[in-house]
Amino acid sequence: MGAAFKETKLPANAPKSQKALAWVDDRFPLSKLWNEQWGRYYAPKNFNVWYIFGSLAMLVLVLQIVTGIFLTMHYKPDANLAFGSVEYIMREVPWGWLVRYMHSTGASMFFIVVYLHMTRALLYGSYRKPRELIWLFGFATFLCLMAEAFFGYLLPWGQMSYWGAQVIVNLFSAIPLIGPDLSLWIRGDYVVSDATLNRFFAFHVIAIPLVLLGLVAAHLIALHEVGSNNPDGIEVKENIGPDGHGVDMIPSHPYYTTKDLFGVSVFLFIYSAVIFFAPEMGGYFLEYNNFIPADSMKTPPHIAPTWYFTPFYSVLRATTSDFMWVVMAGVAAYVVFIWLRSRLSFKTKVVVTAIAVVLEIGMLFLEAKVWGVVLFGSSVVILALLPWLDHSPVKSIRYRPSWHKYVYIVFGIVFVALGYLGTQLPTPAYTLIAQACTLIYFAFFLLMPWWSASGRFKPVPNRVTFTPH
Amino acid sequence: MNFSKKILAVLALLPGFVFANEGTFPLDHAPERNDVASLQNGAKLFVNYCLNCHSASAMRYNRLRDLGLSEDQIKNNLLFSGEKVGDMMTIAMRPADAKAWFGAVPPDLSVITRARASGAGSGADYLYTYLRTFYKDDARPTGWNNMVVPNVAMPHVLWQLQGVRTARMVEEDDPHEHGKKVHRFAGFEEVSKGQLSPQEFDTQVADLVAYMSWMAEPAQDLRKRLGAIVLLFLACFAFLAWRLNASYWKDVK
Repeated sequence: MGAAFKETKLPANAPKSQKALAWVDDRFPLSKLWNEQWGRYYAPKNFNVWYIFGSLAMLVLVLQIVTGIFLTMHYKPDANLAFGSVEYIMREVPWGWLVRYMHSTGASMFFIVVYLHMTRALLYGSYRKPRELIWLFGFATFLCLMAEAFFGYLLPWGQMSYWGAQVIVNLFSAIPLIGPDLSLWIRGDYVVSDATLNRFFAFHVIAIPLVLLGLVAAHLIALHEVGSNNPDGIEVKENIGPDGHGVDMIPSHPYYTTKDLFGVSVFLFIYSAVIFFAPEMGGYFLEYNNFIPADSMKTPPHIAPTWYFTPFYSVLRATTSDFMWVVMAGVAAYVVFIWLRSRLSFKTKVVVTAIAVVLEIGMLFLEAKVWGVVLFGSSVVILALLPWLDHSPVKSIRYRPSWHKYVYIVFGIVFVALGYLGTQLPTPAYTLIAQACTLIYFAFFLLMPWWSASGRFKPVPNRVTFTPH
Repeated sequence: MNFSKKILAVLALLPGFVFANEGTFPLDHAPERNDVASLQNGAKLFVNYCLNCHSASAMRYNRLRDLGLSEDQIKNNLLFSGEKVGDMMTIAMRPADAKAWFGAVPPDLSVITRARASGAGSGADYLYTYLRTFYKDDARPTGWNNMVVPNVAMPHVLWQLQGVRTARMVEEDDPHEHGKKVHRFAGFEEVSKGQLSPQEFDTQVADLVAYMSWMAEPAQDLRKRLGAIVLLFLACFAFLAWRLNASYWKDVK
């Protein structure tokens, strides 16, 4: 396909590097790729600090892969050897301790960066049309990231690794009919064992990283197809200047090269501060219990997942049989609300009601633990639906009614509260608070079609808010 | 603003409420003993008192060179039963035998101070308190009990240094449930003196615990020293990156 081969002719005294680049460009679209994806890729000029987290996520992915490769050179995925091999890396492998801490800190940093990256999307409506697919690829990446972290956490084969994996894999056994067989298939054994360790190693080292790389590529391709959103939520490509580019757009190189370089240096400072001075981070990044080798005979008094899973884990634990009555009432109330206030077609409303009736019957007859798993999964999956839940006439929080800000703040507090509660033992008081937070969490999303469109919206400007600096 | 600060302060206390109900023995703070002499003393105590029942199989004898000991010093003073200086600190006792003799397998101590850390105190604090709160209890198979780990299977290995004491328990009315009684710990009572005074014993235990903290992560010292240099470099780099960025963005109107 395409034209016949045309060799670039440069003058004889041209520098060798220029000739070499021309040779490559004649055979591979190197300069074209650079210019289209970064060098002459135009982006809005009003990016603020919230826009660094995408680049940081890519940096952390590379860090995890490189440190992971070096760890894999010395780690032994055998139940009898795994724990010892990690200590071997920490003590005997030159700079092994540094590589290990980079990888364990990097894992937590990955989630901090990704949660902040998603917060940006929430604040500025970056998931709205035409960027829904960017959001969906991102959501799939988030799911893979959670799986990658879960599989990786078993590898040190400490007490928390073992029992955390045991608890989470056992969740699958709650699924009616296929549950126990599914758990057996995942584990490769009747309990978490050497078989589980070996396969989780394969998933963590190659299976999921390949999928992650593919999804990140898809995420970026989708982004470059429609162009970035910006803090004002206006479509900058709709205002073209005399040079053919958006009047509010600048080329990524050199402006975002230098800006990202600064952002990366600040990130590396924080990352290094943790690695060199607080790698355990009070037991949140490297759990104390995980310095005890896994013992299938001794259950720890308090099994908690790593901090980045705790908000969703809280939702699971909050779903007690008492809470199921509240959930049933909530589903019924929501259906009534849909009939009275939504603009969905009659057919859709009937389908929704039918599904709700099936759910209500299921909630009467299936145990709370099944619905705990369902709500646990739903609390993650509901994020994917945001492009279709958000009915605000404006994209960015800047032009929404001021009270919308408080809705987002409450959501943020609820998310952090669920996270904190997930690290603690489930006392009756804590369970009550977690249940209240679960209701608010789901209400934020399920009622969004209504609250996101209500209130007095501010006029959206034609040009971005930018002060030269 | 004041109100939300108050809410935050109350919320910050919540973890404390969890521990208030758990009834764990309060931990003493292990004194800082980071000088080489203390760590060498700790190594001596560890090899002599602990390494018979407990292994430290991730720790290589010749890593003790990091504490300023030469290989000859290690060979002459710290190797007892035919190990070579390049060997790991393993023991001959088999786990099955240990379980039969003691009721529990003595855990490997390579990373024990990292494993015993908690919200109540660092692993060093835990072990410092643990090793100093053994007391004579004829109801136990070993004749010893412990305040931090009630009904522990380990005997008081350091008894000759500390001496023998019993624990005085007083019966009191339960403040939470009317009509019930609780046993409250009311101090130790000396039965016979040890070779060391209480302060000397505390110092020895502090050295031992400091050694175990070092052993749990021998690269600790290097990590912190390197960290200072890395952060200094990154601070300078970030400053320069900031100014470079500012110089380019001047052109953006």
